[in-house]
Amino acid sequence: MTQYFIRRAFFSIPVLFGILLVTFALARVIPGDPCRAILGEKATDAVCDRFIHENGLDKPIPEQFVIYLDEVFHGDFGQSIRLGLPITRLLAERLPTTVELSLAALLISMVVGIPLGIISAVKHNSWVDVVTMVWANTGVSMPVFWLGLMLAYVFSLLLKDTPFWLPPSGRISPGIPNDPFFQVWGLALPETGFFTSLLVFISRMNIINTLLSANWEALIDSIKHLILPAVALGTIPMALIARMTRSSMLDVLGQDYIRAARAKGLAYRTVVLKHAFRNSLLPLVTIIGLSLGGLLGGAVLTETIFGLSGVGRTLYEAITARDYGIVQAFTVVIAIFFVVLNLLVDISYAYLDPRIRLN
Amino acid sequence: MDQEIKIATLDAEGISLKSVSLWQVTWKRLFRRRSAVVGMIVLGILVLIALTAQWIAPYDPLKVLIGVEKVKQRQAPCIHLLGCPADQPEHIVGIDGNVRDEFSRLLYGTRVSLWIGLSTVTFAIVIGTVLGALSGYFGGWVDTVIMRVMDVLLAFPSLLLAIAIVTVLGPGLINALLAIGIVSIPSYARVVRASVLSVREMDFVSATRALGGSDFQILFGRILPNALTPLIVQGTLGIATAILDAAALSFLGLGAQPPTPEWGAMLGSERNQVFSAPHLVFYPGLAIMITVLAFNLLGDGLRDALDPRLAHGG
Repeated sequence: MTQYFIRRAFFSIPVLFGILLVTFALARVIPGDPCRAILGEKATDAVCDRFIHENGLDKPIPEQFVIYLDEVFHGDFGQSIRLGLPITRLLAERLPTTVELSLAALLISMVVGIPLGIISAVKHNSWVDVVTMVWANTGVSMPVFWLGLMLAYVFSLLLKDTPFWLPPSGRISPGIPNDPFFQVWGLALPETGFFTSLLVFISRMNIINTLLSANWEALIDSIKHLILPAVALGTIPMALIARMTRSSMLDVLGQDYIRAARAKGLAYRTVVLKHAFRNSLLPLVTIIGLSLGGLLGGAVLTETIFGLSGVGRTLYEAITARDYGIVQAFTVVIAIFFVVLNLLVDISYAYLDPRIRLN
Repeated sequence: MDQEIKIATLDAEGISLKSVSLWQVTWKRLFRRRSAVVGMIVLGILVLIALTAQWIAPYDPLKVLIGVEKVKQRQAPCIHLLGCPADQPEHIVGIDGNVRDEFSRLLYGTRVSLWIGLSTVTFAIVIGTVLGALSGYFGGWVDTVIMRVMDVLLAFPSLLLAIAIVTVLGPGLINALLAIGIVSIPSYARVVRASVLSVREMDFVSATRALGGSDFQILFGRILPNALTPLIVQGTLGIATAILDAAALSFLGLGAQPPTPEWGAMLGSERNQVFSAPHLVFYPGLAIMITVLAFNLLGDGLRDALDPRLAHGG
C-alpha cells in the first residue's frame, strides 16, 4: 500500500510541473503589453519600464519561470494591483466560502443520490426507477446558472411570506453577529503563524463557526443562505451519483455471490447494503472525486448568481477586470487541489480493491 | 439477437446469404430503447427548427420593435389562446430587454447551439484522434509526451480551463468554441489510444504489416475503424457537454456577444431581471436543457446499443 502510494504520488509530479508551466505560460502569452494590461492604457513609458523591471519581466523567460516556481513554493503569489491586496491573503479569505459551498453541495448530492440509486437498482424497471432515471437525466442536462436563478425566483419571490422563504444572496443576514469562534471562546492567539491561520480559515466557514460558538440564530440563518446555492451546485453531481450507483449496483446484484448470500438465508436488506453496496463503491468513488472538480467549475457560476464572494466569483471578476495575477494564482491552486483529489481517488481505489495495488 | 442467430444458421445451411452489419444491429437496438428514441425525435425537431428558423420565426431576431408595435421592454408573454387581449400583438414568450421578440431569438438560438456542439466536437475529435492514434501506435516517448500533456489538460476543471483560455484569446464565440474544443481533446485522445492499444497486436494488423502495408495504411485503414464506435458515443455525449459549457461561457459574457441570439448570452444579459421578468431567464434555460438532454439520451442509447457485452439483452 505504501509502495503504491509513493509510486502514484511520484506520477503526479510531472502533471504538477505541467500545471505550473501552463499557468506561467497563460500569463505570458496574453496579447499586448503586460504593463498596460495591468496598470491601464494611460501608463507612461517611464512608469512601464519601472514596472517591468520591478516585476522581473525583463529577465530571460527560463529565469522568470524559476522565480515563479520559487514564489509558488513559498505560497507567495504577489499582489493584486487592482485590489491592493496580497493574493495569498485574498485566497485565504475567499477559499473558505467555496470549500463550505462545495462540501454542502457534495453532501446533498450524496445523501440524495446514493439512496435513490440503490432504490432504483433494487426496484429495477419499476416506476421509482423510471422516475429517478428521467430525473437524473434531466439533472445532468440542466445549466447550473439557470437552475440557480429559477430556485432563487421560486424560493425568494414566489414563496415570500411563507415559512419556505429562502434568501437569494449573501451568506448571512446583516445585523446577525457572527464572531470567530476562537474569540467567543476567549482564546489568546499569536498574531501570525500556521495555527492562527488555520483557526481563522475554519472560522470563515460560517456553519462550522456558528456551530463551534453555539450561536444558534446565526447557524440557522447561515444554513438558510446556503441551501439554494448548495442545491443548485449539487444537482449535477447528485444526478451523476444516482446514475452511477444504480448501474454499478445492477452490475453487482447480478453476480453469483449475491445469489449465494441470498441462498444461505441472509435478509435481502443485509445483502443489498452490506454485500452489494460495498462492492459497487469503486465507480462511485471516482464519480464523487471527479464531481468535486466539476463543483469548482460550477462554483464560478453559483457564486456569481448568489452573490457569494468565494474563489469562483473572485476568479470571474479577476478575469473580466484582467487581473492576471489573481487568475494565475487561483487557477494554480484549484488545479493543484484537483490533482491531489485525483490522487486521493486513486488511493482509495487501491484501498477498496486490493487487486489494483497488486497489479 | 435471436434473429441474427437464425440468419447465421441459415447461412450455414447455404439457404440465405444475407448478412447483418454492425450498423443494422445497432440501429435496431437503438430503436428498441425508449429514451434513445425520445432523444432522436427531439433532436430531429431541433434540427428542423434550426434549418427553417428564417421561415418559422415570427420576427427578425435582431429587430428592435420600438415604434413598430405597441410593446414594452421585457413585456410578459402574450398568447391569444390563453386570454391575452386580441388587440395586443402576440409574443408567446414575451419581449426581451432590447424590445425584441424572445421567441424568434430562441428559434434562431437553436442554430447557434447545434453549430457550437457540432463544431467543437468535430474539432476535438479530429485533433484527439490524431494524438491518440500516434500515442497508441508508436508508444515509447511519443506516447509519454502526448499523454502527459493530456493529463495536464485534464488536471484543470474543464470550465475553469476554458475560462482561462478565453481570457488569453479574448472573449467571443469563436474563441469560446476553440477553448471548449481544446479542453475536450484529452477525452477523445484517451478513447482512441485505448482502442489502438487493444487491436495493435492483433493478427489482421500483423497480416497487413506482413503484406507490406505502411504505418499510415495500418493506422488509418486497419486500426482506426475500430475506434469508431467509442468515438461516436463519446462524441454524442461530448456535444451535450460542449453546449452546456458554451452556454456557461456566454452567460459569463465570455462567449457569444450581443446581439447574437445565443441562449446562454440571452439568459446572462437578463439575469438581474429574474424577479421582474422571469420569462427571459426561464425559456432560454429550458431550451438549453432540452437540447442537452436530447444529446445525452441519444448518447446513452448509442452506448448501450453499441456495447457488445449487452448484446444478449439487446
